[in-house]
Amino acid sequence: MFDYTEKIREIARRLLQEKKVDGIIGFKKGTIPMMNQPVFITSPDRVELLHWDSWCGVNLANYLPKREGRIGIVAKGCDTRSIVVLSQENQVQRDQLYIIGVPCRGMLDRRKVWEVVGSTDVKGIEEGNGKVRVWGNGFDLKLERSELLQNNCVICVHRNPVVFDELVADEVEEQSVDRYGDIRNIEAMSSDEKWNLFQEIFSRCIRCYACRNACPFCYCPQCFVDESRPQWVGKTIDRTDTLTFHLLRAFHMAGRCTDCGACERACPVGIPVRLLTKKLEKDVKELYGYEAGVQLDERPPLDTYKPDDPEDFIK
Amino acid sequence: MKRLVLTKDELTAWVRRMTEGVRVFAPVAVGDYDEFRLVDSDQADLIRWSYQNTRLSPKGLFHPQAERMFKFSTSKEDPEWNILKEVPKDFSPRVIVGMRPCDAAALKIMDVNFDTPEYKDPWWVRRREATTIVGLACTSPSSTCFCTSVNSGPFDTKGLDVLLVPLGDGRFLLDVVSERGEELCQQFGPGGKEADSEAIATYEGLKKKAEAALVPIGDLSPLKERDMLEFFNSPIWDEVQFACINCGVCTYLCPTCWCFDIQDEVYESEGCRLRLWDSCMFPLFTLHGSGHNPRAEKLQRVRQRFMHKLKYYVDKYGQGVACVGCGRCVQFCPVNIDIREVIRLMLVQCECAV
Amino acid sequence: MNNPYRPYPVVIDDIIVETDDKNLRTYHLKFLNPEDERAFQFLPGQFAEISVPGQGEIPIGIASSPTEKGFLKFTINKVGKVTTYLHNARPGEVIGVRGPLGKPYPWDKLEGSNVVIIGGGFAFTTLRSSLVYMLHPDNRSLFGDITVVYGARNPGLLLYKDELFEWEKRDDVTLHITVDATDDPNWKYNVGFVPAITKEKAPSSENAYAIVCGPPIMIKFTLPVLTDLGFPPDRIITSLEMRMKCGIGMCGRCNIGTEYVCKDGPVFTFEQLSRLPNEY
Repeated sequence: MFDYTEKIREIARRLLQEKKVDGIIGFKKGTIPMMNQPVFITSPDRVELLHWDSWCGVNLANYLPKREGRIGIVAKGCDTRSIVVLSQENQVQRDQLYIIGVPCRGMLDRRKVWEVVGSTDVKGIEEGNGKVRVWGNGFDLKLERSELLQNNCVICVHRNPVVFDELVADEVEEQSVDRYGDIRNIEAMSSDEKWNLFQEIFSRCIRCYACRNACPFCYCPQCFVDESRPQWVGKTIDRTDTLTFHLLRAFHMAGRCTDCGACERACPVGIPVRLLTKKLEKDVKELYGYEAGVQLDERPPLDTYKPDDPEDFIK
Repeated sequence: MKRLVLTKDELTAWVRRMTEGVRVFAPVAVGDYDEFRLVDSDQADLIRWSYQNTRLSPKGLFHPQAERMFKFSTSKEDPEWNILKEVPKDFSPRVIVGMRPCDAAALKIMDVNFDTPEYKDPWWVRRREATTIVGLACTSPSSTCFCTSVNSGPFDTKGLDVLLVPLGDGRFLLDVVSERGEELCQQFGPGGKEADSEAIATYEGLKKKAEAALVPIGDLSPLKERDMLEFFNSPIWDEVQFACINCGVCTYLCPTCWCFDIQDEVYESEGCRLRLWDSCMFPLFTLHGSGHNPRAEKLQRVRQRFMHKLKYYVDKYGQGVACVGCGRCVQFCPVNIDIREVIRLMLVQCECAV
Repeated sequence: MNNPYRPYPVVIDDIIVETDDKNLRTYHLKFLNPEDERAFQFLPGQFAEISVPGQGEIPIGIASSPTEKGFLKFTINKVGKVTTYLHNARPGEVIGVRGPLGKPYPWDKLEGSNVVIIGGGFAFTTLRSSLVYMLHPDNRSLFGDITVVYGARNPGLLLYKDELFEWEKRDDVTLHITVDATDDPNWKYNVGFVPAITKEKAPSSENAYAIVCGPPIMIKFTLPVLTDLGFPPDRIITSLEMRMKCGIGMCGRCNIGTEYVCKDGPVFTFEQLSRLPNEY
């Protein structure tokens, strides 16, 4: 995927020179290993800043809502699905965008690297032929790339952009995987077990809202947690308050989440936030046969009514 | 003051003795990272003597993320309805063992905010008074660390009472650096033996090596010398702010970010007034009741955080920047906004302006 | 240790509806403990946190004068959670007051000078405090000429009307009351915006300080008028509003550059503000 960088720069340069866009949202190389920084390039002189590698897990669609003008955006499969949802929700207009599609083999998760090497201090990392070499104080290891994929990428079924104006490379092969194994395991638990599991998982939360703010769909001008009249949820790190935040946020994602993994990736304390959003994704799929962000001209099930909508939940 | 050499067993035994007399907090592994927790005598051998920085800084031991300040009754039948009463707290003596020098230096930075000539924050001041700090020198700083560039260092003792230095052979050098540290050693004898010249030479060597491992980020004196408005009006903020998602990771993980909110909560007729961490990254932080917001834009909020640490604090208190170079924000910012890079941009912009 | 976050308990003694739109009410608060009242020593320009247990706290300028004993007076606009609660409160209710907070107007400099007070809308609260303070028989001789320009959108929105019309009759203060517009045929005061009336009445800048409080738009257009009249920026004083929580310079939200509005302000001269970021 490293060779994508040159192609991205080439496209960006052309778009800016031909004034097809006012700016390009892409990545620049990070200041530390395993991180890259979202960047907005408005001049052809600066396209050399653009960069691509396996650490571009941030969903750049997050930078689209309320942005004016013509925008070029570098987008993986999941990012393009987010663009579809944002355009269904009128947060961005499709014709405002020039989508530079990136067929994706999955982004890597630095937490998995830290776990393997036993340290968060990684001094360098490089990648080739399905292997990742990582080194630091007292270690220099060669790891399998497939072992380091972000959890959402392991079960991704839309690696190729679903909408784009141009692809940076040929499409990659899509995976055929069971997306909901872990969710079914939780569904099979007793109420008490589920309760204990969620209590445990979310007890770490520090209410920094990185999960919310990394999400392209959390664009509400005022989040329910910030409202004071009425105050829906307390502001402490009491378990009731944190769970309320996470559960309500997850419900707001029903039929919208594209499982880009940005929430989980952003969390500084390693909460598997996706367990909740994936359950809702599964429910929406089972109830309505719907997958978010795949068809531009489709209305999401939760803002449409059909006489044959399932109503088994009304008891 | 005195310097001793302790084996790890002697060190653990020392901490265990402390746990029998005072409250002891120390870094322990919690899942995949380390955190300061209250430890009892059985847990003394769980203390992590070689951890990288704890994920959350130990500032929460002095300035908890959420704490009850007052309680009150909202029942009109109660003769003391609506009268606020302080919530009792444990201010008994305690020792924090294993704090990194940068995190201890951060407490000194925050003292200036909470312990002022005009007002004393009672909870901060009492907790500081109740606490003796046994630091743990950083013999292998992370690549995201830059303490030596910001008035601190891997062996910095300025916020500490005792400094422990892992000598690399399983032994620790114990350096008593304050009167309070002296008192701790009198109350709980550490054992061990007088440090010989070899141990001291090892200590000096480790210190030099650790300091040399830290990459300097440049001469920060222009931050003090140049005018506030030059930095404030600089074009760099537009570039710095783009990636920011305005979450609270940097502020909540930062050992020197002290900003807080005050909120009331009532359950039936029992109410309490809470103090909670807040963040200058959140729009609500400065939103007026009228709807006006002096920092409505992301750029303004991002600028505020860096200006506060690197310029306002410098100008207001004259004791350097409000950053100890622990690198937590560098490592955990979800979009790789790197304060070292921001400082560099501020300094470069300075040179241009000359 | 004295806890600066603990409010003094007070009881709401009286509530006066100030304006025709009923959005502004003045609260008379009495201390429950006499020692708290003795501890609450303030000067005009300072503010306090009004504390309603269960609702929260709001920073409000003190509208009474230190020369008025036995109560504190606050005029409160209905905007948010706490103020809405207060607007529904009844006399007899116990709440809290925390303060006095912030710096007062620079009385050491104002003494011996002529003082021009310019106010707009509901920002007349600490100006009322100042005026009552200066006009008190013990204090009046400490000051030179006192000129006041005070305006509101219409007569129904003027604060402290009874007092205003009394002051207007006095000869030891020059009071120019104005409204933006009125359909009252019996209105005998000025009609026009505060900056225009200030220009028309042209108070002298000689040995004078101007204190200007009001909506941002009024301040924006009054400043050039004062400059033309010869007031230098370090003799034009204002009081700023900010979202606040602690009120004692610790919680971090109300800063403008290096200055905390709660502790280093809320009173600033325009000379001071010119050296600070324009972020308020």
